[in-house]
Amino acid sequence: MVEYRKIEILVGAFVFAGLLALTILAMKVSNLTDFGGGDGYEVKAKFDNIGGLKVRAPVKMAGVQIGRVAAIGFDNKTFQAVAVMKIDRKFNAIPKDTAAKIYTAGLLGEQYISLEPGGDEESLKDGDTIVLTSNAVVLEQVISQFLYSKAAGDDKSGS
Amino acid sequence: MLDLLQELGRWSLKGLQRLGRSNVFMLYVLGGIPMCVRRPRLVITQMFAVGVLSILIIFVSGLFVGMVLGLQGYNTLVDFGAEESLGVLVALSLVRELGPVVSALLFAGRAGSALTAEIGLMKATEQLSAMEMMAVDPLHRVIAPRLLAGIIAMPLLAAIFSAVGVFGGYLVGVGMLGVDDGAFWAQMQASVEIREDILNGVIKSLVFGVAVTWIAVFEGYDTLPTSEGIGRATTRTVVNSSLAVLAFDFILTALMFNK
Amino acid sequence: MISSHDPVLENALVKVRGLTFRRGERAIFDDVSLEIPRGKITAVMGPSGCGKTTLLRLIGGQLRPASGYLVVDGAEITAMSRAELMQLRKRMGMLFQSGALLTDLNVFENVAFPLREHTTLPESMIRDLVLMKLEAVGLRGARNLLPSELSGGMARRVALARAIALDPMMIMYDEPFTGQDPISMGVLVRLIKLMNDTLGLTSIVVSHDIHEALAIADYVYILSAGKVVGRGSPADLSQTDNPWVRQFVQALPDGPVHFHYPGAAFAEDLRL
Ligand SMILES: Nc1ncnc2c1ncn2[C@@H]1O[C@H](COP(=O)(O)OP(=O)(O)OP(=O)(O)O)[C@@H](O)[C@H]1O
Ligand SMILES: [Mg+2]
Repeated sequence: MVEYRKIEILVGAFVFAGLLALTILAMKVSNLTDFGGGDGYEVKAKFDNIGGLKVRAPVKMAGVQIGRVAAIGFDNKTFQAVAVMKIDRKFNAIPKDTAAKIYTAGLLGEQYISLEPGGDEESLKDGDTIVLTSNAVVLEQVISQFLYSKAAGDDKSGS
Repeated sequence: MLDLLQELGRWSLKGLQRLGRSNVFMLYVLGGIPMCVRRPRLVITQMFAVGVLSILIIFVSGLFVGMVLGLQGYNTLVDFGAEESLGVLVALSLVRELGPVVSALLFAGRAGSALTAEIGLMKATEQLSAMEMMAVDPLHRVIAPRLLAGIIAMPLLAAIFSAVGVFGGYLVGVGMLGVDDGAFWAQMQASVEIREDILNGVIKSLVFGVAVTWIAVFEGYDTLPTSEGIGRATTRTVVNSSLAVLAFDFILTALMFNK
Repeated sequence: MISSHDPVLENALVKVRGLTFRRGERAIFDDVSLEIPRGKITAVMGPSGCGKTTLLRLIGGQLRPASGYLVVDGAEITAMSRAELMQLRKRMGMLFQSGALLTDLNVFENVAFPLREHTTLPESMIRDLVLMKLEAVGLRGARNLLPSELSGGMARRVALARAIALDPMMIMYDEPFTGQDPISMGVLVRLIKLMNDTLGLTSIVVSHDIHEALAIADYVYILSAGKVVGRGSPADLSQTDNPWVRQFVQALPDGPVHFHYPGAAFAEDLRL
């Protein structure tokens, strides 16, 4: 039947368009090839204050994303936050004395962990802990500092 | 006063009764799934009616909704100097909410009402009765393929809506308002999660597809077999399934996206 | 209860006993008993709205009686499971009063519908069978038309072709002659008779056309006001002095059957 053939072709085109749209959403809008899959190793870092850092926040090195925050916990003894980072396997030569800092992308953007490499020969392995950390810049603190310094007549603000 | 209470009581009892009937109806219809698997032709023909014929309205609406999002989002974000996040805003609004919800509402108006009217007319002209007398179960032969086609078509339509919408936002944001091309996509990709956002959006549209098509075929099957009855059933399909979509959206959003 | 000793009615295909059926308050059937003889043509007549279509639907198991029982080919309909009922219906054809063709299929596909649903015959054989049935009702040339392109009479003939597609053991015709011109009416009468004689079918013909009905029927029932008011062979009925039957057969406006649907007196309704 010619009629039915036409219907079949159009339905085929429709399903194709739908699947294509899904693929676009997966590949182009989100990032299917992104981290967060099983491939990678985990590294811990303790912070006194992680601010608004969330699970799945990016982990960057020199501005390039190399992994994501896999979990956030709390250390009951030191009263510190523990961020577990999942680093992509490709980046397997990060020095052991690397420092971790929490930054904010833009003034109101999301927070991320930036790793700043040290000079150690040995590199981080699965389960290692980063010792050198510095805390999140908490917006409220910045603002109060800014206001304080303004009041003190100093024109420099620390951002 | 008592009359009012009685009215309320009767009204709710009737509602409950309908709900019960629609559940039993659904159970019988599900018995028709094996037939649809054996004869995919039945489903494909219906996919044409509910899917292919809805593409145009979904495409055009998606484009416009995306463009409006781009415009409004830019105006808001630019005040905070965060216009580079426009891609995130457009994409997240679409894949999480607007894509599934708006396309389901359009689907209810375009395909749902047509389904109800078609089935209602088949009932009024004794076609369903005639099938029964030919030992063909209309719930399996007529209703099940339509239900299945609706459930398959809905997520595809929602995906098309979202993808076209993102493109519309890109056209306005990057093309007209001068947001940086790279930042638009990069920030979007950094923030949109495949599991958290895309998959949940697909699950939403699946649920909406079930709800809208179910309501549409039930209203058609349950209609009074007169032209007035069919008219009213069609209206009820659009109203009830739109309400159902919005209610389910709230529930699903609360379940999926609370942190 | 009269007959049952009537030789025609022994070995009946359908036996109805003490059938009561209500629509709301109104009893459409009130303790009705009748039987449809096997291999014969039985006409069911009666005034409009007396429940002829309802009777066919009861026999087909689409409606459930309030009480009484219906036996078709030895099996009790009211006690059947859905699956058994479906099995039975494959052996029953029904021609609906409105035709009830499937509007999204053309004439050919409508007639092929029961074959496609219930058999796995190859396409070529389906084609032959369908064309044969369409030829029988004189509509082979109309096979590519859609139901919306048919006249009422043509639609009913297509529906007839569809009803006989599976070669059933019994066919129920609901008003087959309405809307037919004299020529196709004559063809239909002969077709019903022919199928009955050559295929050994059992036929139930619901009709208002007394002459056609009496001409082909072997046995006739006349229903009115929820009761069987007359029964017998056509010859019996044309000689009877039963006032119900006389009124119906001779089409008299006055008699025990009222032309009006039950209601208040006209004068009362007009507030006189
Ligand atoms: N779905 C229904 N709901 C309520 N009452 C109905 C329904 N269908 C039929 N009736 C009533 O049942 C009665 C019998 O209807 P039926 O269709 O069997 O009549 P009929 O003898 O076939 O009449 P006609 O010769 O006009 O076709 C009618 O008086 C009608 O009022
Ligand atoms: Mg009738």
